[in-house]
Amino acid sequence: MTFIGILQIVLFVVVLVALAKPLGAYMARVYQGEKTFLDVALKPVEKFLYRLFGTRETDEMDWKTYAVAVLLFSAAGVVFLYALQRVQGFLPLNPQAFGAVSPDSSFNTAASFVTNTNWQGYAGETTMSYLTQMLGMTVQNFVSAATGMAILIAFIRGLTRHNSKLLGNFWVDLTRSTLYILLPLAILVSLVNISQGAMQNLTAYQTANLLQPTTDANGAVVTTQTIAVGPAASQVAIKHLGTNGGGFFNANAAHPFESPTPLTDFVLILAESVIAAALCYTFGKMVGDTRQGWAILAAMIILLTTFMFVAYAAEANGNPAFAQFGIDQTASDVNPGGNMEGKEVRFGIARSALFATATTATSTGAVNSMHDSYMPLGGFVPLFMMQLGEVVLGGVGSGLYGMLVFVIIAVFIAGLMVGRTPEYLGKKIEPFEIKMAALLILIMPLTVLGMTAFAVVHPDGLKSIFNPGAHGFSEVLYAFTSQGNNNGSAFGGLGANTFFYNILGGIAMLISRFWLAVPTLALAGSLVKKKKVPESAGTLPTYSPLFIGWLIAVVLIVGALNFLPALALGPVVEQLMMK
Amino acid sequence: MKPQSQIYQRALFDSFRKLDPRWMARNPVMFVVEIGSVLTTLLFIQALFGAGQENPAFIGAIALWLWFTVLFANFSEALAEGRGKAQADSLRAARQDTQAKKLAAPTRDAKISLTPSSDLRQGDVYLVEAGDVLPADGEVIAGVASVNESAVTGESAPVIREAGGDRSAVTGGTLILSDWLVVRVTANPGEGFLERMIAMVEGAKRQKTPNEIALNILLAAFTIIFLIVCITLLPFSIYAVNANGAGTPVTITVLVALLVCLIPTTIGGLLPAIGIAGMDRLIRRNVIALSGRAVEAAGDVDVLLLDKTGTITLGNRQAVEFIAVGNVQERELAQAAQLSSLADETPEGRSIVVLAKEKYNLRGRDGGAEGMTFIEFTAQTRMSGVDFNGTAIRKGAPDTMIQYIASSGNNVPTELNAAVERIAKNGGTPLVVAQDGKGLGVIHLKDIVKGGIKDRFAHLRKMGIKTVMITGDNPLTAAAIAAEAGVDDFLAQATPEAKLTLIRGYQTGGRLVAMTGDGTNDAPALAQADVAVAMNTGTQPAREAANMIDLDSNPTKLIEIVEIGKQLLMTRGALTTFSISNDVAKYFAIIPAAFATTYPALQALNILGLATPASAILSAVIFNALVIIALIPLALRGVPYRAVGAAQLLRDNLLIYGVGGLIAPFIGIKIIDMLLVALRLA
Repeated sequence: MTFIGILQIVLFVVVLVALAKPLGAYMARVYQGEKTFLDVALKPVEKFLYRLFGTRETDEMDWKTYAVAVLLFSAAGVVFLYALQRVQGFLPLNPQAFGAVSPDSSFNTAASFVTNTNWQGYAGETTMSYLTQMLGMTVQNFVSAATGMAILIAFIRGLTRHNSKLLGNFWVDLTRSTLYILLPLAILVSLVNISQGAMQNLTAYQTANLLQPTTDANGAVVTTQTIAVGPAASQVAIKHLGTNGGGFFNANAAHPFESPTPLTDFVLILAESVIAAALCYTFGKMVGDTRQGWAILAAMIILLTTFMFVAYAAEANGNPAFAQFGIDQTASDVNPGGNMEGKEVRFGIARSALFATATTATSTGAVNSMHDSYMPLGGFVPLFMMQLGEVVLGGVGSGLYGMLVFVIIAVFIAGLMVGRTPEYLGKKIEPFEIKMAALLILIMPLTVLGMTAFAVVHPDGLKSIFNPGAHGFSEVLYAFTSQGNNNGSAFGGLGANTFFYNILGGIAMLISRFWLAVPTLALAGSLVKKKKVPESAGTLPTYSPLFIGWLIAVVLIVGALNFLPALALGPVVEQLMMK
Repeated sequence: MKPQSQIYQRALFDSFRKLDPRWMARNPVMFVVEIGSVLTTLLFIQALFGAGQENPAFIGAIALWLWFTVLFANFSEALAEGRGKAQADSLRAARQDTQAKKLAAPTRDAKISLTPSSDLRQGDVYLVEAGDVLPADGEVIAGVASVNESAVTGESAPVIREAGGDRSAVTGGTLILSDWLVVRVTANPGEGFLERMIAMVEGAKRQKTPNEIALNILLAAFTIIFLIVCITLLPFSIYAVNANGAGTPVTITVLVALLVCLIPTTIGGLLPAIGIAGMDRLIRRNVIALSGRAVEAAGDVDVLLLDKTGTITLGNRQAVEFIAVGNVQERELAQAAQLSSLADETPEGRSIVVLAKEKYNLRGRDGGAEGMTFIEFTAQTRMSGVDFNGTAIRKGAPDTMIQYIASSGNNVPTELNAAVERIAKNGGTPLVVAQDGKGLGVIHLKDIVKGGIKDRFAHLRKMGIKTVMITGDNPLTAAAIAAEAGVDDFLAQATPEAKLTLIRGYQTGGRLVAMTGDGTNDAPALAQADVAVAMNTGTQPAREAANMIDLDSNPTKLIEIVEIGKQLLMTRGALTTFSISNDVAKYFAIIPAAFATTYPALQALNILGLATPASAILSAVIFNALVIIALIPLALRGVPYRAVGAAQLLRDNLLIYGVGGLIAPFIGIKIIDMLLVALRLA
């Protein structure tokens, strides 16, 4: 590890925390319907949209109606995106004349983008037309993120309101999230990216003459190279801001047209983390006690930073097996040191570890390096960050509501320990809440472990494993962990664009998103009905350092306990066998 | 109560009886363990015939310890029930079928027909006389009698039961010692107080409380998760063996062992015992909870409504000061006050005599002193006193006495008025003493706040519980006593309606209210309160409205009840934390052992240095079983409760049960492993 490497990680954390308050306060104003400085430009648009769709802002929904709205909206998204991929060959803005995407891949991709996962079994520049990218992927990047934020806001209303049934209006929350938060930020990030050289055009792919001819696999001489271009910058901004992660190009954020410079790399890491972090502050503001929001953010930041350094250390230490070949792996002015395989030279080890941890801690799943090429322990970090349930920042909205479920479980056990019926923000945690919370922590390991187990014994599953042994196991586990947590990053090394993995993965993504969204809303529906218990000295403080520590322990124990045996057979044993 | 050994014997027998799967299915965690025990036993039999995946001795040992795990859990529950059962037996002995003297009409001289007590119905009227056992619960409608209620309360001193007022409720199974009563039956056979009590202490009617249900759901979820973890390990292991080309897949025995070690058996096994023991702690303090929910709610109580008299203050006012006015000596006043009170048998009167004796060593001339005529208090004169040797001493309330002094043609000293005012302002009651129509001074009668009660309220405040004093006094007096006792608030000139409004007000604000009561006029408030403790001496309506009955009729007990409720929840929370944090060590013991043949490199995780894979797994299983036995005393006794704030409680308990739970199994498993090796069992 180098000083400059450590500094980059520290700088990231400092900037992230510094931005949480101003952005969080702004979002609280947006969701509470207060005046914002963007009203001048956006209020008329918002009003127009409501008139267009016949939405009445004051019509609030109970949890069931809200859930139905979420499901219908998402179902429409899946159908639309599936159809778009299937018929893109007949539609304009297709300079490369790409034909229809296969049915199973279209299903997987539709499920993937609607669920905010952005798992990509396909390569963007060789599969999708510009229209599909813009109208399909980019639109879902916005609205799937906005859906997650809307559910979170409904959940927060469940905590702040009492003796009520109403959680807000999904269409209003969706519109405000998109219009006031995601859109302005996306424009900002796109402009920064374009200024640094990111690609943004609608022209056909370019052909360049090679300076030095080369030969292909068949021995034929190659003198030209096709360079894929397209409207990348606009899609890249929202793919990070909305924790989506689906790259315009197959190489994702490692591609120079997506992220040309170290500055854009930094901006993108920040973009994928900042809304999730700021929503913690929004939460604190909305529940009327910002300490509550800071406490949750603190727990997330502590976990995030710790694992960033674990990944960085693992990669910076390099491969112990190389020692016998006399390879120098210590960092110096001319040698980045450590394990550089699969990493971009312009980003280096620290930045790659930072990106890998951030992209999996948030449910983004974009990559700027090849996770498959990490040291086993380095690859363990992104895997584990997802297995914690995407609650360390997590997806925009979904990360915080996932974390709040852990808070409820932490409060329940800790509350018992202080001798009272546990309560969080004045709401008593009773059997129904625990039932929903239990369901929420149960579904993810069930999906991930169950599907991994199926894949590693099924012939169709085994066929795609190109690296047998513990590493191959890690790859399968990673694939289902990523889809089962709506992350979308790929370890790589697994031939995942097969009927078997497309269908199984598509189901995993749908389960992970909607089986979690519905119980979350049901939980909110139960909380909103309760009366509020006033705080007293007997109330468990849920903002003390002690509670933050306890919350971290609960997240780690529930996460680690589920996956420890599987991890032992994957990255852990792989690392141990290297000695 | 039965001797201790008999309770153990019965518990031992019951732990086997409870192996019945229908019973076990009520507790999902332990049910899974039982299924695991059956499965490993079958594998053991299979192995005996030479077809097993492992050494039969190993499978047999695992099976045996899994059975022990189930039995230990059952034992804890049976043991917790034991005390209650023993008490139920003695209660049952009291409830005998007797011949009741049923009356045709509710008067003593009505026609009597002998009817078996089991035929008495609500509304029937019966007569009991000295030596009779009351055939059914009821309300006295005529007569006064002394009753031995020891069958219910354990207290052998007789109590008086009479028609009307707050002492009219009688309980079936108690014994009339003297005189007679005419009683109207209030409970049908099988629904009486004694029956309900038996059912409660036996645990037959014990329903799971909301917190217990919630915890059970959480534990069931953990169990399902670990079930998936263990089931999926088999395919994972098969893949690993194929991919690595070494070793054999993990065996079913090992997976079952891992599963049982991971699921929260410690809390799952002890959970029923904790609940029963909580109830039992109440019973031992002579409080009968008529619902388990009430016990739990007691832990949540935010507001305690406490009657001033008897709870906060000693029952009666006491004289604490003599204030002489003019040129009267204090001793002179004390003597006059004492003389005037010699015949006053009220506690206040007696306290005046005592104070004079303590302060000036005055011994009031014995009651038989010559020529003393005692003037009793009457509603007309509104003063009392004594006449002797031509001297008249009078004492009474200030307004009456001032009038009396003035009408005797004497001036009322301004000092007297000042003293009266000062006493009233401090919450005391002034009594003016006059001799021959001349004001001598004032006696200061004061409510005596119970010793230590202020500290107790301070503790309650730290626990986040607000105390409210309920009194019939005027606001001025009430405020003074409230300040002295350190309560947070008070309700003066309390009427039943005011109490009810107060409770509703707190409840609307989201608070849980506890109160005690005994009178019929308390019944509506008791019914409204979340935790309502009725005094056993109270009326039938009060006892009906309450959800707990204090057999000792001690209003201070409410505070203990709150502590028991809190202890109950804390014990559950602490053992859950302990149980879950135990898993970390068990992983380190079992994972390297389970995959030793496939991935020898995993031995690096065997940080405990356990001898062999078999000894590692067996040690973890044995530790898991023994920890249940080790924690039974804690489950029955409860986690000690100290009145400190929530933050500190959490810190302490996390340290003990969280960190302790993390470390303890590392040590325990290592020791068991070393013993197994030393005994050549592994």
